[in-house]
Amino acid sequence: MNMHSLILRTAGHFLLPLLLLFSVFLLLRGHDEPGGGFIGGLVAAAAIVLYLFSMDIQSARKVLRVDPRDVLGTGMVLAVISAIPGVFRGQPFFTAQWWEFTAPLFGEIKLSTVLIFDIGVYLVVIGSVLTIMLTLAEAEE
Amino acid sequence: MMISVALPVVLPLLFGALSVMLWRSHFAQRSLGVIGTGAMLVVSVWLLADTWEHGHVVMEMGSWPAPFGIVLVSDMLAAIMVVLTGIIGFATAIYSLSGIGKMSEKFGYYPLLHLLLAGVNGAFLTGDIFNLYVWFEVMLVASFALLILGGERAQMEGAIKYVTLNLLSSMIFLTAIGLTYGLTGTLNMADIADKLSTVEDTGLVTVIAMLYLVAFGVKAAAFPFFFWLPASYHTPKVAVSALFAGLLTKVGVYALYRVFTLIFNQEVDFTHEILLWVAAATMLTGVLGAAAHYEFRRILSFHIISQIGYMILGLALFTPLAIVGGVFYIMHHIIVKANLFLISGITFVMKGTHELKLMGGIYRTHPMLGVLFLIPALSLAGLPPLSGFFAKFIIIRAGIEAEAYWAVAVALVVGLLTLYSMIKIWAEVFWKAQPEGVETDDVTSGPMVWMWVPVIMLALMTVAIGLYGEPIYQMAAMSAEQLLDPSQYIEAVLGESRQ
Repeated sequence: MNMHSLILRTAGHFLLPLLLLFSVFLLLRGHDEPGGGFIGGLVAAAAIVLYLFSMDIQSARKVLRVDPRDVLGTGMVLAVISAIPGVFRGQPFFTAQWWEFTAPLFGEIKLSTVLIFDIGVYLVVIGSVLTIMLTLAEAEE
Repeated sequence: MMISVALPVVLPLLFGALSVMLWRSHFAQRSLGVIGTGAMLVVSVWLLADTWEHGHVVMEMGSWPAPFGIVLVSDMLAAIMVVLTGIIGFATAIYSLSGIGKMSEKFGYYPLLHLLLAGVNGAFLTGDIFNLYVWFEVMLVASFALLILGGERAQMEGAIKYVTLNLLSSMIFLTAIGLTYGLTGTLNMADIADKLSTVEDTGLVTVIAMLYLVAFGVKAAAFPFFFWLPASYHTPKVAVSALFAGLLTKVGVYALYRVFTLIFNQEVDFTHEILLWVAAATMLTGVLGAAAHYEFRRILSFHIISQIGYMILGLALFTPLAIVGGVFYIMHHIIVKANLFLISGITFVMKGTHELKLMGGIYRTHPMLGVLFLIPALSLAGLPPLSGFFAKFIIIRAGIEAEAYWAVAVALVVGLLTLYSMIKIWAEVFWKAQPEGVETDDVTSGPMVWMWVPVIMLALMTVAIGLYGEPIYQMAAMSAEQLLDPSQYIEAVLGESRQ
């Protein structure tokens, strides 16, 4: 899998944190503008995959720290749980709940169950793409 | 607002997600399997009680009002189907404790099981035709993966046919949805039904109806689209086969019942005449296919097809009694058929094969299992006082009243041939002596106990439906009454948003 390219390896090191930051940006931007959990998750997964291509599987797993299947499971649980809070307010499942407050430095902040759902999707996409990629990469070796 | 209508979908999703998260622990996954399906059974009975009381239970997901948002609707038919899903899901989860190896668990058997059940329940409860398509896909994705767990050559071969045919059917389904949307400008099933009654171009409506018939006909394994079923159902793990046999084709049948009572009830003379022919041909081909085979699960698979014919016959006759019979038949069939597959798993452990020619003598060593087989087998053939007798009796009586004599004749002949098939299995597997020169590895001790529990449970249910069928009949009657009067459904879904 290692392509032995100095350019790719150097670029991979620098691009990884940038791409991960960009994926979080896409995730948070997604509610009112283009972006969201799915595309953010794909960018994050692509960042790790780029790192995998430039280095090897062991270092890719190391930089990921956790097993991608755990990421997948956590994401799914988050996504399903985000459907529930509305029920406790006597509303149907999946009804969005909003909490607004102002914080110093940031100004007005809006938090919602939609964001939890999106984070869940973000993690599911990362988890499933990386499970597939790492399994394929391991099968090749 | 009643949350009971959403819980049968949300719970399996939640338990599926949890068992993905706990993928390392076999114990946690197994416990979640039994607890999750058990909880699903409990909430589905709750839903049935709610539906029995109120007629229809509706929830607008995310508070988006119908017909724009997605609604979950439970009427009597949907509630009954959800309870049956709960029963089969629970039975399968218990059976899997000893029927599914660690290897399959490692490859995600339990998460897939939950996902499949969520898909099935979602398909039963949704009130939105596109959402129905989505649930079909959820169910199919899970079933593709379950089908190839184990990765044997025969499984891949069966899976390819299964996947190809089902994707084709999904495409036709999607085309039909597109045309429906073009014609009515809505995807909500109640709203479609409401708007279609004012559409002038009835020719196009009938064309769309036929597209739905083909799409759901493939899923239900109706003639002439049945051949994927006997090609694939005998290949996966027995617990998976039982789950598929009990539930998957019935989702197709349910969808046929839904669209051909709620939406396409304008040209009954034409559409339901076609259904009648499909029903008769399905019954005949299924039972003839079964007669020609000597592999336990293949015979059972062909019988699924012939039984689907009876259910479609109930819909095709389109009288109140016939619908009652059809719904009764679905209830009886799901329990009996899943049970027969589960029993084939026990005999497989005993004899190491599904080939009838290589088996034998089980009645001598395990008379109890012989009795447990005879109950669902004779019920399937329609012998009194078991559940199958009443199911067949109602449908045939409805056929005579509707003067569809040739269809009744076919149904009776098929019943006789079913008896022949069941006796064949009985004679080969249980009665005749063990063939000489065939090795058997008789393992009956220890963990197999979890395979017996659901078999006994389902057999008792078959007897109970037969001996104490009145409440079941009442439920079927109520669902028939609702199905033949779509205005109740439309009012339940759209009335709420008008308030």
